[in-house]
Amino acid sequence: MIGVKEYRTITEISGPLLFLEKTEPVGYGELVYITLSDGTKKRGQVLDTSKDFVVVQVFEGTSGIDTGAAVRFTGETIKLPVSSDLLGRILSGSGDPLDGGPRIIPEDRWEITGSAINPWARDTPREFIQTGISTIDGMNTLVRGQKLPIFSGSGLPHNEIALQIARQAKVLGTEEEFAVVFAAMGITHEEAQTFMKDFERTGALERAVVFLNLADDPAIERLITPRMALTAAEYLAYENDMHVLVILTDMTNYCEALRQIGAAREEVPGRRGYPGYMYTDLATIYERAGRIKGRRGSITQIPILTMPGDDITHPIPDLTGYITEGQIVISRELHRKGIYPPINVLPSLSRLMDNGIGPGQTREDHKQLSDQMYAAYAEGVDLRGLVAIVGKEALSARDQKFLRFADLFEDRFVRQGREEDRSIEETLELGWELLAELPETELTRMDRETIEKYHPKKRRKNGDQRS
Amino acid sequence: MEVSKGEILRVAGPVVTATGMHARMYDLVEVGEEGLMGEVIGIEGERAIIQVYEDTSGVRPGEKVVNTGRPLSVELGPGLLGRIYDGVQRPLPVLREMMGDFIRRGVSAPALDRKKKWKFIPSVKAGEKVSGGGILGEVQEAEHVVHRVLVPPNVSGRIKEIYEGEFTVEEPIGYFEDGKEIKMMHTWPVRFPRPAKERFMPDVPLLTGQRVLDTFFPVAKGGTAGIPGPFGSGKTVTQQQLAKWSDADIVVYIGCGERGNEMTEVLEEFPKLEDPRTGAPLMERTVLIANTSNMPVAAREASIYTGITIAEYYRDMGYDVSLMADSTSRWAEALREISSRLEEMPGEEGYPAYLAAKLSEFYERAGRVRTLCDKEGSVTIIGAVSPPGGDFSEPVTQNTLRIVKVFWALDAKLAHRRHFPSINWLNSYSLYVDTLRRWYEEKVAPDWGRMREEAMRILQEEAELQEIVQLVGSDALPEEQRLLLEVARMIREYFLQQNAYHEVDTYTPLEKQYEMLKSILKFYEYASRALQSRVPLEDILSLKSRVELSKVKYEKDYKEALKRIEEMMRKEYADLGVEV
Ligand SMILES: Nc1ncnc2c1ncn2[C@@H]1O[C@H](COP(=O)(O)OP(=O)(O)OP(=O)(O)O)[C@@H](O)[C@H]1O
Ligand SMILES: [Mg+2]
Repeated sequence: MIGVKEYRTITEISGPLLFLEKTEPVGYGELVYITLSDGTKKRGQVLDTSKDFVVVQVFEGTSGIDTGAAVRFTGETIKLPVSSDLLGRILSGSGDPLDGGPRIIPEDRWEITGSAINPWARDTPREFIQTGISTIDGMNTLVRGQKLPIFSGSGLPHNEIALQIARQAKVLGTEEEFAVVFAAMGITHEEAQTFMKDFERTGALERAVVFLNLADDPAIERLITPRMALTAAEYLAYENDMHVLVILTDMTNYCEALRQIGAAREEVPGRRGYPGYMYTDLATIYERAGRIKGRRGSITQIPILTMPGDDITHPIPDLTGYITEGQIVISRELHRKGIYPPINVLPSLSRLMDNGIGPGQTREDHKQLSDQMYAAYAEGVDLRGLVAIVGKEALSARDQKFLRFADLFEDRFVRQGREEDRSIEETLELGWELLAELPETELTRMDRETIEKYHPKKRRKNGDQRS
Repeated sequence: MEVSKGEILRVAGPVVTATGMHARMYDLVEVGEEGLMGEVIGIEGERAIIQVYEDTSGVRPGEKVVNTGRPLSVELGPGLLGRIYDGVQRPLPVLREMMGDFIRRGVSAPALDRKKKWKFIPSVKAGEKVSGGGILGEVQEAEHVVHRVLVPPNVSGRIKEIYEGEFTVEEPIGYFEDGKEIKMMHTWPVRFPRPAKERFMPDVPLLTGQRVLDTFFPVAKGGTAGIPGPFGSGKTVTQQQLAKWSDADIVVYIGCGERGNEMTEVLEEFPKLEDPRTGAPLMERTVLIANTSNMPVAAREASIYTGITIAEYYRDMGYDVSLMADSTSRWAEALREISSRLEEMPGEEGYPAYLAAKLSEFYERAGRVRTLCDKEGSVTIIGAVSPPGGDFSEPVTQNTLRIVKVFWALDAKLAHRRHFPSINWLNSYSLYVDTLRRWYEEKVAPDWGRMREEAMRILQEEAELQEIVQLVGSDALPEEQRLLLEVARMIREYFLQQNAYHEVDTYTPLEKQYEMLKSILKFYEYASRALQSRVPLEDILSLKSRVELSKVKYEKDYKEALKRIEEMMRKEYADLGVEV
């Protein structure tokens, strides 16, 4: 019956799609095996099914397929064999071992599309993750269970930043390390090497699962790679109580694959040729981050994407930003100035920041300090534009102070070493030190008590003994 | 209604084609062996096109389809408040009990609790004639909400018996003379507006405690507002602030294709927050509809209608209801996706040609009405819009703007510098300002309108001056203009900016709004006089009272603070030799 019978009824091949007729009833979304005349096997998935025809998308591309190829429907949707033995393994973009290690003996087989978490079952992410990077911890705080992407551009050091986060991320007061699930989609061998080397150097590989679909691997396979990775992450988080950090890179390549399928199906395209359902499709990936009530484990996601033309309004960053809980934006300008990590805080945001900061987590002044630094830096950056036109002399004394603040901010707060792991205390103190350069009357984002208690000048006066 | 069976011909994502079940438009059907919930959204000859509210993976041609013969409806009765539903009114807590932490398919559960008993007190007697929308009696649904049990709008008759006592929503609380049972619950098809007797002009503001909204761009009870903005600009926070602090009796909050965690936040926060008017937990006046971005897209399309029908139901009891839809763009995208699967002719940016019509049908369901039971009730609709790339010229934003009366334009630039709420005061507008002016002047202060206009004028003048500053720097301006710039900054920073996460700042009573703005303008008045008596601007700007004004928003006891500051201001100006 189903799963046994093979069809040789391909009528049309178009891009990554096959069209067949006269099949038994086939289920929507079913996994399909295709055997070519030379014996090569490929995999695909049913996109449209009716009594008259079936449309199959082929993950490894349709090259070499002819109408004589044999198509077998498996009667089930795509599944990942899951096991805690996944840790330490390197797999292909569709889940086959690449590391020469043994086959994974499954404890279970999980559907890779996953199911939506019942909103009633979710628990609000609120544990502060210290990444040791001031612009993140101080102003765009990451919390356990958040999805916080890195918006970057080609040639910018997003990978280094992601790695630095993966190395340094810790929840204060717990010894527990994160398990890392790393999914590469269409990145170069060299980029993949950067990650693998770092994982090996730091011993992180033992606590990592790696899925690799590289630049020369089949493009359509990229549609399942992140889903494989997230299925592995869910297994580790929800069956093995682990805190999992998922790095997905590069989501731009994923979206290109999605566009390719849309075009092959002759769908009415949305903006810039991307399918109209790209928002929903991306949501089924990003929304798999989170915490669930009564379960110990968690999934924190750091998707990375390169913005085509550094354009944040491009549909890929745009739709991502509409789904994720903020974004960390890498700036080419700061990079050119030689500042690492070149994170531009102004368009960056962590929406869950307020859950993860304040008394008991970081410090009571954290929110106000961050708001004030945002306002002051934004003002300084605006003034730079003015200086370019009217010259520095035309600025009031007040404005000159803001201008200087912006420079100091970039040079001291943003800039830090690749291995420099700043504690949250260090980050906040640094922030105060910079704000103390501004007149106190300009600190309008702060209430009186906060200034009295934390402003360095006040503390000196009050004889505070803080170390 | 006769139940008839048909057969699936085709499955493509959420759209299924079937034949042979005598379908009518909007019939609710059960699709496949698992009986997935679906709705007929198109008919082509013998074929019915069905949108399915659950994942269709694995569904095959040849499987059966059962037509229930009923349209997609919601259950209305006591027990809606405080609950959370998906887009087709399945109670999420019950689903979790039935199928665990993840939403699986093929499971349904009644929206209203079938076991819970409510104490019903009739207000009609045997022998009385009642008609659609009339009040049969009352149930105390929440500590501060009386649920008026209504005759279904399309029913009328003479009452034979009616009982007082404890009943479930399904048990008869009486009988009509023709023998029909009377129950506390009825159903209503979501795509049809519930009737009312008469519509009024909205002329009372929905007070929100948000300064920029109440003072500058108010929405009326029964009115409509659109809140477009790019990602991260503050649509959700603003809507949540309205859900928390607006002076509505009932709040319906629809998470339509947005984040799961945002619904969780509401679920965690609302039970702990107090309704500023009654002191009861906010959750007790709230109904949540959560169809997040990763949940089935057809149910997302339905969620808006589920929400508005529940809102109308409470309106019909004589309540002021406010409904937040976050985000109507995701609803429009669901329409687009279904439409494209139907291979309909696409309109602008792939949206179906009927997008505008559907949007205005939805917003038309807002309004202030005389209900069928002769009470006054209202539904205010506040819809978030998520324009791609933050570009307001796209079809959903544009079509929304043509309908709504209030436009709160969120601005990414303001958000980036953490000016929240990042509502652009130059682009936003409220067409209710003139109609509401009377109310404000009667209830708050006779000079309300004038004060608002002056503050607005300062902000507009600032924008013009800024253009000059961009060319020559501010030092080149005369002192009066530099003063105006500083005062505009004060209005922006001390008044317009409002931190939703600050215990006190999160909600500002109307009177405080008035007093705050008034003090800033008073400072301006004194400062102008000081300039005339040749006091240097720098001296004016470094006055302590100015710094103090910036902190008023954080003061709970603002009256006391403002009194102190006003005295300080007088003294400081007097010391500068200014007559005050
Ligand atoms: N009134 C406010 N007070 C303080 N912070 C705010 C306020 N409004 C917005 N914010 C900040 O802005 C962030 C983004 O706001 P919000 O989530 O409402 O954006 P959004 O417009 O709904 O974005 P999206 O379209 O992606 O859902 C919040 O997480 C919060 O940090
Ligand atoms: Mg939002």
